[in-house]
Amino acid sequence: MPAKGATELTVRAPLVDGGGGVWVDSVARSFGQLCALEGLSLRVAPHEVVAVVGPSGCGKTTLLELICGLQNPDAGTVRADPAALMPQRDLLLPWLSALDNAGLALRARGAARTQARARAAPWFERFGLEGFEDTRPAQLSGGMRQRVSFLRSLLSGKPVLALDEPFASLDAITRLQMQGWLSEVLAREPRTVVLVTHDVEEAVVLGDRVVVLSPRPGRAVADIEVELTRPRHRTDPDVVALRERALEALGVGA
Amino acid sequence: MKLLRPLLVLALLIGAWELYVDLGGADPLILPAPHEVAKALYTDRSLLWSNFLVSAEEVLLGIAVAAIAAFALATTIHFFYTLRQSIYPLLIASQTLPIPIVAPLLVLWLGFGIAPKLVVIALVSFFPIVVTTLAGFAAVDPDLIKLMRTFDAPRSRIFRHVELPSALPGVLTGTKIAVVVAVIGAVFAEQAGSSSGLGYLFQQSLAQILTPRAYAAVVILSAFAIALFALLTLAERLAVPWAYRKDPR
Repeated sequence: MPAKGATELTVRAPLVDGGGGVWVDSVARSFGQLCALEGLSLRVAPHEVVAVVGPSGCGKTTLLELICGLQNPDAGTVRADPAALMPQRDLLLPWLSALDNAGLALRARGAARTQARARAAPWFERFGLEGFEDTRPAQLSGGMRQRVSFLRSLLSGKPVLALDEPFASLDAITRLQMQGWLSEVLAREPRTVVLVTHDVEEAVVLGDRVVVLSPRPGRAVADIEVELTRPRHRTDPDVVALRERALEALGVGA
Repeated sequence: MKLLRPLLVLALLIGAWELYVDLGGADPLILPAPHEVAKALYTDRSLLWSNFLVSAEEVLLGIAVAAIAAFALATTIHFFYTLRQSIYPLLIASQTLPIPIVAPLLVLWLGFGIAPKLVVIALVSFFPIVVTTLAGFAAVDPDLIKLMRTFDAPRSRIFRHVELPSALPGVLTGTKIAVVVAVIGAVFAEQAGSSSGLGYLFQQSLAQILTPRAYAAVVILSAFAIALFALLTLAERLAVPWAYRKDPR
């Protein structure tokens, strides 16, 4: 474990295994007077799905941007294998078709358009998007847009996926469907996932672990193992019990 | 039919104008009645047409020069943020140049050919394009840039895949605004030193007290500006349908 010190402040290095680990150690990050994160530590093993829940403004997005290397910590260490962000809003490019949007990460690294489309095309059937390849985002439903967005991040080939409240903007029914869908996709295509959400139920249904952050400045106040088989249902007594535990850690338990 | 209402308003205005002149409200030598203008449009059609071709060429080339220069300038400013502070005041200053005074100087400098006309037209029309193009660049969602960075996109590919398409609607919107002032620029440039073009014809006709012909030249210039505006609106709808809104801008 690296010692904390001046030279360690902005350390970012891939983990040795390369399989998609994330190691965040005693990280602090402030924006002016605003202290977003303080003393936050988080370890994510390769192919583990960690759901991070916390109240609004507890630095969840900052945490993801640290993992993705978009920001550097003021103090502490962030070590993570290459991570792709999946933003809260789908941020699909309105001038591109669904297929071209899905291939954007490949284009970003210099692939030709036909190449990117060919790589993305087989996924459309698996993601329930077949027939919508040439549809513009504006004509897709919210759930479909989110699936295209997820596919785009998946095709970046990064071992770590940083999902920033991916279903927050969806209606309740679509959100439940998408949670089930994501769970299935990750069973087939295991990735290391850091899923930020304010939906405790979503965290318990999807995560191998649920990490609860405190209000600002955010730090981990609970780390709950979810040792339940998948698929999980939100009405399962075990899920409900874990949800209550997480809510208690958030200070809003029954 | 959405053309009906503007045509109705136009007909009402022309009717009122006709009545006003016919009832002796204005000297027909100063304000000819619409039917006199219409007559001039018909009888002088070949004269008007040949001069229109000259002006149209100036306007189209001038707009093209302005659009290219404005886009290049906006892109440069966008890439080198510090330039914004140093260049922007100059851009605004360029818009305060009194064109009717500057145009003859440009003619002395650049001659009687098309060059000074292009300079004048580009000068009056490039500013709105710069502003709207910069607005297009600025409107890019910062989260989208972050996303592209996590995909390892270098600056050039972020520009090509995200920023450039985002700025395109701005280029078109700015050009729409610019075509209208470009026509005025062409008139000023032609009056400063030219032997053809509708602006030149306008001046000559006034000097010969052929006011209906002068007004006919203005009618053609207006129609040209409206046509260019409509054409660019169509281009917007076809080229940047994601940004096209039905409300008039």
